[in-house]
Amino acid sequence: MRTSIWIYIAVMAAVTYLIRMIPITLIRGKIRNRTLRSFLYYVPYVTLGAMTVPAVFHATNSVISAAVGLAAALVLAYKKVSMILVAAFACAAVFLVELIPNLPV
Amino acid sequence: MTSKTFRIWKRGFRDGVPVLLGYFAVSFAFGIQAAGLGITALEATILSLVNLTSAGQFGALSIIASGGSCLTLALQQLVINLRYSLMSASLSQNVNPKLSTTKRMGIAYGFTDEIFALSSMYPKPLPPIYTVGLMSAAVPGWTFGTLLGAALGQVLPGRVTSALGLAIYGMFIAIIMPGIREKRSVRFAVLAAMGAMILLNYCPGLNLVPANFRLIIVTVIVAFAAAVIAPVPDEDEESGKEAAG
Repeated sequence: MRTSIWIYIAVMAAVTYLIRMIPITLIRGKIRNRTLRSFLYYVPYVTLGAMTVPAVFHATNSVISAAVGLAAALVLAYKKVSMILVAAFACAAVFLVELIPNLPV
Repeated sequence: MTSKTFRIWKRGFRDGVPVLLGYFAVSFAFGIQAAGLGITALEATILSLVNLTSAGQFGALSIIASGGSCLTLALQQLVINLRYSLMSASLSQNVNPKLSTTKRMGIAYGFTDEIFALSSMYPKPLPPIYTVGLMSAAVPGWTFGTLLGAALGQVLPGRVTSALGLAIYGMFIAIIMPGIREKRSVRFAVLAAMGAMILLNYCPGLNLVPANFRLIIVTVIVAFAAAVIAPVPDEDEESGKEAAG
């Protein structure tokens, strides 16, 4: 791993930059293909949703604290609280729940 | 730099301060996680500086840690970060059509969910210097947060690092919630994606699909199904653009 970490970094940086750069550089008119446009529209929601569940339940020391943190994030985001505060309060909720001794892992 | 240009840059920088703070917290958690996998503070910091992507970087850690192939990593980044191409395509409609290729290539580096969201709210045509202002706040937040997390994270009590583990997911929820609130099809697509991931993780047989490919498969199938079943209407483009931020 030690020898190739810079290669990993270079590969992911190149892919990520090209994804960001190519559309705005090439597209100088409106995208007309409806399915392509719709597909791209759904991608962020689907990816971020799939990255969150079930991974979030293993993100903290206990599945209980993670569930409470996730619930806090859902409620706050639903109430249109800003992104920073959603993240901060979700972390705070985890911290508070983990003060309870002997939580299941 | 003319005074008007400087004023727009300053406005971008000011608007970017909340993003800076949010990025600091999340990248701090990233630094901790990277250091925990044996990545040095320098490597993690450079990784953050050149990638500037929360979901992509967190996702990459598992592949890097398990010594996965570069092709897997490239495919994974392509799928996780594909949303940036939508944002890039979307902002192509906001900038002056005569904007130079060099300037387009320059601001493209900073296309994240938050910089996209703020840039797309700026009155058209979007001056690139505004996006540069946002980046001037957001990039240092992301980079130094990573550095401090990787360098100091290990000395933090386990309870604190455990709590910070939820920061990234809080950010994900905040990003997708506007779409979930406003569109039934988005709600269904997100639930379908989560359900599919649960099946791929826990269902005997299905969990034989390598972990690195689960996200790629789920995203492509669910987003394509949603696009076919509930295509986004043309007149929705404006509201859809904001929701995607």
